[in-house]
Amino acid sequence: MNQFQYVRPTKNKAAIDTVTKDPNATFIAGGTNLLDLMKRGVVMPEKLVDINKLPLRKIEKESGAVRIGALALNGVVAEDKLVLEKHPLLAQALDAGASAQLRNMATVGGNMMQRTRCPYFYDTALPCNKREPGTGCSAIEGYNRMHAIFGFSDKCIATHPSDMGVALAALDATVLVSGPKGDRKIPFVDFHRLPGDTPQIETNLQKGELIVAVDVPENNFAKHAHYLKVRDRASYAFALVSVAAALDIENNTIKDARLAMGGVAHKPWRLTEAEKALVGKPVSEHTFRQAAEVAMRGARAFEHNQYKLKLAPNSIVQALKTAAGLA
Amino acid sequence: MAFEKDCPHALPESSDHKPPHEARRMFLKQSSILTAFALTPGVAVKAADLKFEEKVAAAFEQVKVTLEINGKKHKLSLEPRTTLLDLLRERLQLTGTKKGCDYGQCGACTVHVDGQRVNSCLTLAVMQDGKKVTTIEGLADGDNLHPMQEAFIKHDGFQCGYCTPGQIMSAVACIREGHADSDEEIREYMSGNICRCGAYPNIVNAIKEVKNGGLKV
Repeated sequence: MNQFQYVRPTKNKAAIDTVTKDPNATFIAGGTNLLDLMKRGVVMPEKLVDINKLPLRKIEKESGAVRIGALALNGVVAEDKLVLEKHPLLAQALDAGASAQLRNMATVGGNMMQRTRCPYFYDTALPCNKREPGTGCSAIEGYNRMHAIFGFSDKCIATHPSDMGVALAALDATVLVSGPKGDRKIPFVDFHRLPGDTPQIETNLQKGELIVAVDVPENNFAKHAHYLKVRDRASYAFALVSVAAALDIENNTIKDARLAMGGVAHKPWRLTEAEKALVGKPVSEHTFRQAAEVAMRGARAFEHNQYKLKLAPNSIVQALKTAAGLA
Repeated sequence: MAFEKDCPHALPESSDHKPPHEARRMFLKQSSILTAFALTPGVAVKAADLKFEEKVAAAFEQVKVTLEINGKKHKLSLEPRTTLLDLLRERLQLTGTKKGCDYGQCGACTVHVDGQRVNSCLTLAVMQDGKKVTTIEGLADGDNLHPMQEAFIKHDGFQCGYCTPGQIMSAVACIREGHADSDEEIREYMSGNICRCGAYPNIVNAIKEVKNGGLKV
């Protein structure tokens, strides 16, 4: 690991100032991805600003939403009473991620900021536009079994690895950030970016901006929600495809729906058109199959991830059936 | 790499509270300059504009940390990049905690920090300042093994034994967390500990016995 300076501020402002002023400084919270990347020489910050002493761990009700502090641990959020009651989809997604040990370390803010697990991003001997802009994408012609089928560019076909993010995208969450120019809110679905020509820029955070919390608004989906994660082994693996499905059902009719996928794009992939295809329809496998077809419009696979074109719609149907109580 | 031998991540125990010897400081400065060049040419070049030596020397300062490990207080002075795992093994000779992958993928390095299981390879020791750490060495009560250690022996919960300290630390946490109510739940909540010998069925049996025995873990 490269050498770095280490500072541990106790106030948000001090942390923000330090990272704003120093071009090579970065925040560290749980460290479960950052230290991994530093050990491999993928990233080499000169200064780490440890934010664990900042007062950002609370989970509370706040103006119609559940407000989750950026430093709340993934494992704590997954077992929090308020979260389980109001947003079981989020708890399920968190439980599907990583291992018990990692969930005890990883924070909500850090989960959002984690980097892709594309093997070419991690392999410093090979070209990667995300790691070294302009060098090329090794995955497009390489081993791309884990890669995107939506929203990719000719510069990058990596996927976002988060499970939590898929649930937050489905649940209309908002990210609260604090920065050198003050506070602002970013809709979760706009927090991450598609790769375009700048795959190295993954979020819409500005330099020095600190995630302070996530708001998950009140909804009627708690009774019919399911997070389905399909992976190479039963636990402790990244998603090949995952689906966050949430339904508001009345008299066997779908009043409202939320749908998002993981493992298919550079960011958690919200499926608004498929949601529209569900609303007003009866709860049935036929309805779900039609929505899945809508969801898959525009999907395109590479040499080794053709299977996702079939796995993804089938997973959507399965997740919706489970959410609706049909499975 | 020979250089790494000459320049360990942490200084010897005896030097903890003494001001660094002048010659050693000079050596450290020189070594850190070498490291900066070897690892981060971009960084080193930039640093040259900013009074190179001072900047690199500052980056190499040690950070004071107090940790309670297995009930014993340690006042340490550490290079920030020392992981908790390397502190335990290389500095404090607590080699029961194993380094498997060193990337948070295998669970061999599992310890408890303030009662919660974590991967000690993916956290910096300086980030744990003021915390209480329990390793496999701190689990037994003197010569009396912890019930989980007994159960692993009884059920053949290992072959080569390399993952075992991590498995046992994780197993104890699994019960304390209330995630050991069925075989399925145990497997899910033990999935962060990989066993290449494939002792999984016996590990599940060991955990079930301790859980069903109702002993305090």
